[in-house]
Amino acid sequence: MAAIEISGLTKDYQSGFWRKRSWRALDGLTLNVEQGEVLGFLGHNGAGKTTTLKLLTGLIFPTAGTATILGKPLGQPETFRHLGFLPENPYFYDYLTAQELLDYFAQFFPMTAADRVRRRDAVLESVGLVEFRHLPLRKFSKGMLQRLGIAQAILHQPGGGLLAEPMSGLDPTGRREVRDLIVQLKKEGRTVFFSTHILSDAEALCDRVAVLYRGRLVGAGRISDLVIPSLGREPHLEAIVECTPDCARALLGAVLLLSTKPAILSGGQYRIDISERDLPKLLGHCQKEGLRLVSLNPVHPSLEEYFAELSAVAASRASGPSGGRSQP
Amino acid sequence: MTLTSPTLAVARNTFREAVRDRVLYNLVAFAVILIASAVLFGQISIGIQKIILINLGLSSISVFGLLISIFLGIGLVYKEVDKRSLYALLSKPVRRSQFLIGKFLGLNLTLLVNTFFMSAGLWAALYYLTRGFEHGDRYIFVAIYFILLELSLVTAVCLFFSCFSTPVLSAIFTFLLYVIGTFSSDIRAFGELTKSAPMKVLSTALYYLLPNFSDFQIAGWVSHGRPVAGSLILLNTMYTICYGAVLLIASIVVFSRKDLK
Repeated sequence: MAAIEISGLTKDYQSGFWRKRSWRALDGLTLNVEQGEVLGFLGHNGAGKTTTLKLLTGLIFPTAGTATILGKPLGQPETFRHLGFLPENPYFYDYLTAQELLDYFAQFFPMTAADRVRRRDAVLESVGLVEFRHLPLRKFSKGMLQRLGIAQAILHQPGGGLLAEPMSGLDPTGRREVRDLIVQLKKEGRTVFFSTHILSDAEALCDRVAVLYRGRLVGAGRISDLVIPSLGREPHLEAIVECTPDCARALLGAVLLLSTKPAILSGGQYRIDISERDLPKLLGHCQKEGLRLVSLNPVHPSLEEYFAELSAVAASRASGPSGGRSQP
Repeated sequence: MTLTSPTLAVARNTFREAVRDRVLYNLVAFAVILIASAVLFGQISIGIQKIILINLGLSSISVFGLLISIFLGIGLVYKEVDKRSLYALLSKPVRRSQFLIGKFLGLNLTLLVNTFFMSAGLWAALYYLTRGFEHGDRYIFVAIYFILLELSLVTAVCLFFSCFSTPVLSAIFTFLLYVIGTFSSDIRAFGELTKSAPMKVLSTALYYLLPNFSDFQIAGWVSHGRPVAGSLILLNTMYTICYGAVLLIASIVVFSRKDLK
């Protein structure tokens, strides 16, 4: 059984004074998240990521479609005994301290008083807030609130976590710590479903990603499966060649012409990007006087490129006759 | 395993929020000063010092209690939705109904504690003036109990409006309902006197539909040491429980279907 099963989930919002105008924030999302999997939910601002997480946590209600979390339908408070949620840009009661907030939230779970204290101290330690435990939350920075948000999400050792932009507002050290935390959750066999638009985080952490564009799922799968076939282009290589003073100018010109991108000159070495089929030509040139091949590496398309390509394709479709975000 | 009831946990936190709100202390302090100043008013009112003191004291408790209940009540739900602090709370095993009832109980506890301190001020001022208590003074407790019932109803009205309206509109609606409810018996009397059948039906419907606050206001009565009938205590208690329950259920119905955008 999948940890999260989403089937045709749709959300329309009404706007205007008489609430007659309607727009679709999420359009028929169907997606499964397996037990113990880390799934990254990608999309531009307004793509529908937050709407999906709010639907899954029962904060808003679907217009159509269904979803189950750990086998239970949406809107069952008991589900949250096994699920943690980090809201986007979390805000907590600013009259409480970090310790008081965690004590308050811990009361909602079946734990003994001793367990509550132990778990509270453990999560404060894991997010690096021990020394700020008695500071009122109104004095917390955005990054500290984000850490506290993660602490309250894992307070009860849930089997799965829904995390909205978990790295948002964190400095590089904080981001690395949250990454390590997600890796740790994965090692412990917990399911993590997190939204982000920081693609390097998704690349570093996710088993699979799902990409939303204007409320529609436009791609889902393992990163390695998604990026190479989707780009549909021949393999590229990054070569670094060194040019000695006695190198013929024409020869250098011929090498630079092979590059599909502008060459980068640094310390007398040229970094060029060539198509794999031009490799014999490059090797031929490098056997001549004055040129030396320093290194040669395959270029892996990044998730960022995949994301940009998908968005461009989706945008071109959207600008077609049917046009833009669907009207229900 | 010690699992605290989610409702009680929310109620405790609501009380803690109110206790840490500095504005609340200003209101209570102001009310206590006003009650103390009633001693001075009493001294310039020859022969009726005690009546003035009890009237002014009970009115102060009622007015400042009303201000506190409206001031805190209008933000009970709205503030949590607006600041999104509710997102983290409702992603715990807490039902929306438990959250609402907890909020309601928490504010009632706050009002109970505030009323206790303001009443202590009144009793102290009364003792200072009369150097002793009379048998009829015990009905002041009943008047204070009625104020608490009234404030509980006001809180329920606030909570209901807070589920779907902004704080400013909630405050206006609640205050208007309070004013209308204070003149509730006049609405009924108007219905009995009018010769127009539609007006009679309308005024009778309004009398039963709108909260009736007029029966809670017995300050003038007890200030003369007159006894309060047990039946009135029972009826007012039952009325508060029933009307408050209807308002709470309506709030739960509205809030349970609300999208927390």
